Amino acid sequence: MTNSLPETDALFRPANPAHFENKQISRPSLSFWQDAVLKIVKNKMAVIGFVLLTAIIVLSIIGPYLVPYSQSEQSLTEGNLPLSSDHWFGTDDLGRDMWARIWAGARISLIIGIASALIDLVIGITVGGVSGYMAGRGKTGDRIDSFLMRIVEVLYGIPYLLVVILLMVIMEPGLVTMIIALSITGWVGMARIVRGQILQLKQQEFVLAAEKLGTSHGKIIIKHLLPNMMGIIIVTLTFTIPQAIFAESFLSFLGLGVQAPTASWGTMANDALGTILSGHWWRLFFPALMISLTMFAFNAFGDGLQDALDPRSKN
Amino acid sequence: MSENVLEIHDVKKHFNVGNKQVVKSVDGISFSIKKGETLGIVGESGSGKSTIGRTIVGLYEATAGKVVFEGKEISQLDRKEKREFNRKMQMIFQDPHASLNPRMRVGEIIAEGIDAYGLAKGKAKQERVFQLLERVGLHPDHATRFPHEFSGGQRQRIGIARALAVQPSFIVADEPISALDVSIQAQVVNLLEDLQKEEDLTYLFIAHDLAMVKHISDRIGVMYLGKMMELAESQTLFQEPLHPYTNALLSAIPVSAPKLRGTRERIVLGGDPPSPINPPSGCPFRTRCPSTMERCAVVMPEWKEVKKDHWVACHLY
Ligand SMILES: Nc1ncnc2c1ncn2[C@@H]1O[C@H](COP(=O)(O)OP(=O)(O)OP(=O)(O)O)[C@@H](O)[C@H]1O
Ligand code: SF4
Ligand SMILES: [Mg+2]
Repeated sequence: MTNSLPETDALFRPANPAHFENKQISRPSLSFWQDAVLKIVKNKMAVIGFVLLTAIIVLSIIGPYLVPYSQSEQSLTEGNLPLSSDHWFGTDDLGRDMWARIWAGARISLIIGIASALIDLVIGITVGGVSGYMAGRGKTGDRIDSFLMRIVEVLYGIPYLLVVILLMVIMEPGLVTMIIALSITGWVGMARIVRGQILQLKQQEFVLAAEKLGTSHGKIIIKHLLPNMMGIIIVTLTFTIPQAIFAESFLSFLGLGVQAPTASWGTMANDALGTILSGHWWRLFFPALMISLTMFAFNAFGDGLQDALDPRSKN
Repeated sequence: MSENVLEIHDVKKHFNVGNKQVVKSVDGISFSIKKGETLGIVGESGSGKSTIGRTIVGLYEATAGKVVFEGKEISQLDRKEKREFNRKMQMIFQDPHASLNPRMRVGEIIAEGIDAYGLAKGKAKQERVFQLLERVGLHPDHATRFPHEFSGGQRQRIGIARALAVQPSFIVADEPISALDVSIQAQVVNLLEDLQKEEDLTYLFIAHDLAMVKHISDRIGVMYLGKMMELAESQTLFQEPLHPYTNALLSAIPVSAPKLRGTRERIVLGGDPPSPINPPSGCPFRTRCPSTMERCAVVMPEWKEVKKDHWVACHLY
């Protein structure tokens, strides 16, 4: 209420029906998602990020087939060739085509990024969702919530590097081990975000209204809770995917990740270290460029998504 | 007006807020509401109005005390009865921006209760939604729109339509007009009054200002820090208020409404209400009461009927 009150009885006389608010709205009705797409299209950095991402994904699929070499085909006579019309990105010391290897490495990076993000998503939403939804629902509910959160806290404290090294000892080093290692600690962040969101949304009056109207728990979760957290979940994903990709490159660079002869940007960069002084610049340049471009593309697009999907940014 | 549709007996709702601290949001309130009546409840922010409203509709479980609706205590209802109770007793919410799901179209929002109770399907449901929209002064075309496309007043109408969809007999309106422009407030109150007559509704109407509830309420209760201070018929409360807090509230109504205010002197309340985590001993109002006595700090005044239908909790009476 504002400060001055007009005379109250006059105030509550029936209103003129002509003033009723049943005017039609002429603007087209945009759903949340249509609105978000419009916002992203207007954001230059996000568009650049999106185009780059699309290019990287498309080339990771078709790139290797554009040249007549395979990523593992060696030709010792053609070692360390500079860029040419035959070898677009040059060759490495074993004469393998760098273009083919770069896009084979892109596949590894994307598979790791997407697989660990999906695992984070499934486990994170399940654990965070159950935890947040049960919290405050009697003694049993609170107990389930605090049990799950205890697990989350413990895992949150473990550095992923430790888990990776431990797993590499137990399991065979490689793609699957790496995905498992990244997921074991990775889902925890998603679970925390989802739980926080649910706790907040549960208090919202539209959820209380749904409860009061007799809407079932399942429907409340599917129609009221999830759609209102989708934005934040997607934004979180666009930041966890590049984190996983970077982790893979970094670990492979250290020799803890994908093993030879599989191409990975990290192993390629590592192999190239010895050649910097000998002037074969393309051997380090292309893997490093791809890692940077991919990080940039995901982050630029993620920022745009955040602006478009975050309810707090209104424009 | 005959039997009581709703009776609440010494209802308490306490929240644990960690560190072994307890917020006594509602602390021992009793009143009853007759069929077709409107009971207004006023109180400052944080006095526990939303909490008592949500406890009555069953969104919160009372920490102690009884809520009796149509002769049955709501915590004792079996599944089927509980469902029927959930349908009959609806709530209109305080914040027109938070009370509608931003991801759902208005038609879906209004149909939510119709779906939950299987009241209508397909074309009949559609028709029902259109009728409801028109009933609350909106256009049927609005069904395909999203909540953010509407003004506060229109959203509040959508919330009213959603509640009406399940044909309730009792509505708890939690500050339905506080967030609206003064010019829109009257329209929404008028709509609620019309609906009351036509649909035979009983209202618990919450506001934080006496001026807002005067017109619509048959009786008014004044809350302070989780407790009821005074409860009387509207006229009586305005003409012969007993409790010092009611007096202070009445004197605070601006001079532009002299008819309401009478010739009372303006009593200025010092400071904010104390925290419900750590309320004053004895009478909760004593820290701001102009007539406080020694006894007030020691004993909580009893809730008693000092005249017919005029209840008050104060050592002066
Ligand atoms: N779920 C909750 N958990 C903890 N404390 C709560 C909860 N709900 C309400 N409270 C506390 O209870 C007290 C009363 O809150 P309530 O929302 O009922 O007040 P109100 O009279 O409706 O105020 P307003 O006019 O601001 O809506 C406040 O101190 C509030 O902080
Ligand atoms: S009981 Fe005492 S402190 Fe409380 S309102 Fe009455 S006079 Fe004031
Ligand atoms: Mg409130």
